[in-house]
Amino acid sequence: MGKPEALPSRAKAQRGEAQRGALPKAPTGISGLDEITLGGLPCGRPTLVCGAAGCGKTLFAMEFLLRGAEQYGETGVFMAFEETEQDLAKNVRSLGFDLDKLIADRKIAVDYVRIEPAEIHETGEYDLEGLFLRLGMAIEAVGAKRVVLDTLEALFGGFSNQALLRAELRRLFRWLKDKGVTAVITGERGEGTLTRQGLEEYVSDCVILLDHRVTEQVSTRRLRIVKYRGSTHGTNEYPFLIDESGIHVLPLTSLRLNHAVSTERISTGVPRLDGMLGGEGYYRGSSVLISGTSGTGKTSLAAYFANATCARGERCLYLAFEESPAQLVRNMKSIGLDLNPWIKKGLLRVEASRPTLHGIEMHLAVIHKMVNEFEPQVVVIDPISNFSSAGSGSEAEAMLVRLIDFLKSRQVTAMLVNLTSGGNTWERTDVGVSSLIDTWILLRDIELAGERNRGLYVLKSRGMKHSNQIREFLITSEGVSLEDVYVGPEGVLTGSMRAAQEDREKAAALLRTQEIEHKQRDLARKRAALEAQIAALRTEFEAVEDESKRVSEQDRTREQQLSNDRSAAALGRGADAAKRNRK
Amino acid sequence: MNTPKNGSPHDAEKWELRLYTAGQTPKSLAAIKNLKRVCEEHFAGRYQIEIVDLLKNPRLAKDDQIVAIPTLVRKLPEPVRKIIGDLSDTERTLVGLQLRPQS
Repeated sequence: MGKPEALPSRAKAQRGEAQRGALPKAPTGISGLDEITLGGLPCGRPTLVCGAAGCGKTLFAMEFLLRGAEQYGETGVFMAFEETEQDLAKNVRSLGFDLDKLIADRKIAVDYVRIEPAEIHETGEYDLEGLFLRLGMAIEAVGAKRVVLDTLEALFGGFSNQALLRAELRRLFRWLKDKGVTAVITGERGEGTLTRQGLEEYVSDCVILLDHRVTEQVSTRRLRIVKYRGSTHGTNEYPFLIDESGIHVLPLTSLRLNHAVSTERISTGVPRLDGMLGGEGYYRGSSVLISGTSGTGKTSLAAYFANATCARGERCLYLAFEESPAQLVRNMKSIGLDLNPWIKKGLLRVEASRPTLHGIEMHLAVIHKMVNEFEPQVVVIDPISNFSSAGSGSEAEAMLVRLIDFLKSRQVTAMLVNLTSGGNTWERTDVGVSSLIDTWILLRDIELAGERNRGLYVLKSRGMKHSNQIREFLITSEGVSLEDVYVGPEGVLTGSMRAAQEDREKAAALLRTQEIEHKQRDLARKRAALEAQIAALRTEFEAVEDESKRVSEQDRTREQQLSNDRSAAALGRGADAAKRNRK
Repeated sequence: MNTPKNGSPHDAEKWELRLYTAGQTPKSLAAIKNLKRVCEEHFAGRYQIEIVDLLKNPRLAKDDQIVAIPTLVRKLPEPVRKIIGDLSDTERTLVGLQLRPQS
């Protein structure tokens, strides 16, 4: 989403508001400024832009005019007191504006007012009607809606009658308001006052202060809206930068936490890490922190994420503050990751700079700009800990908060790499951003048995089920992978200790199977012996049974014999056989 | 520049003066009156006054770099001098025209 598209609609909205009675505004087209002022400068009123020498006042005024003419169809007049038309044209050409053409097209009129104190000799009453006439003529010539006076203070050097001059200035501002032009007046910063000549007393509608500060050899430009009558506005000091496309103000502090969230998940580039994060990876648009001490593989993990991003056909911006792009590519090649094709395809952009290159605000501004231009889906910052060297800790923190905010609002997944320095506790970042982080992956080294191995675990991951286990993080020439660590009665083992432990376990297992086999054979033998015994007993039993059968047979035979003998005897004695038989 | 004692280093020279005004304002009228008086006193017959009304010809304000009204420009003799105001202060006018040394 480019600014030029976003702003006209905003401007339209502002005009709609104007019809309902709010203050109408003239969009400046200066990147970021219209966000802070909620639409632009007060339309039809003068605005004072003040600041010390070299802070960008003239450029501010010029950009307001040029963008007005090119983007918003509002023609303008530039009344220069310090630079000639040729100089101005030369200056803005470097910003991609063709002032000569705009003048030829009657979109812009430039009038250079030369005031040479040595040539002016005052003899009595006068007024500045000549200035009014020139301005009026220029406004009429192009039908100007916008006017720049850069800088009126030159008048004070040329004319000695201050009382008269001030009366004329008052008249000038009234006149400008009557004309209904949106005016930008620049003024040099004074001691204790906003401008050296107190121009602020004439311009009371909107005052913008530009500042250029150098702290510890690092310069930062800042902009502040001192006042804006009849409108709310951002009150902070906003950093801004000037580059080949003009002024960029950074409306950074949208700390309202109302960005849209995505439920889409994107791969971390390491399958098992995806697995640890509920099987799907990070949320799109979330902020991911990878922290760890030196040499724990933070950059490798970040590079894999970049690789996965590009493999999906998305763009990744890799901000390297420690390595040059070539070095990064070479080093990643050594672990089986070739980033070159992505760079060639334009999906990966590696931007390397030293954090001390410019102030912290400037870094932010530069990142802003790169994100706006490149529109990446993923931004990797490797590492964030270096920022504290570009500013104080709290500044670095504030900057990161703004950065994370900005990226979140754009649905850009941010991967921040943080180098934890030796003495610090693990669960703390040098730059205190931990509470802003959605997913935090901790890499740490595990020292054991003369080895240093890498461990990885997910410290937190908002809004998803994630693994609570430590994994061993292996970096080999084929790439990175995660292995289960050995967790047993002897503690957590990694590296060769883990391998040795695994071997030991294998041997023990073998021994156990052998023992079992032995026992089984034993059992079989016992069974055979017992079965033999059972057979012997059965034979014995059968013998006994036979014997007892034979004995009972003999008994019965004997009984029979006895009974027969008794009957025979009875017959012999002549017993009543019949009776017995009847019975 | 040599420092003339009383009035006549440019005796032989021709004076070409141009007075820029904006309409018939009291200041403009005063300036015209004062200028004519000074000229008659100091270089009668050797001067030429052109009065430019910028209301009628505003383009000249830009071309001739006029900011204050009224402005008197001494075009000749060289160098060009600019004197602003209604010329009511005769002493300062003469200094401005370099007929008097600066105090």
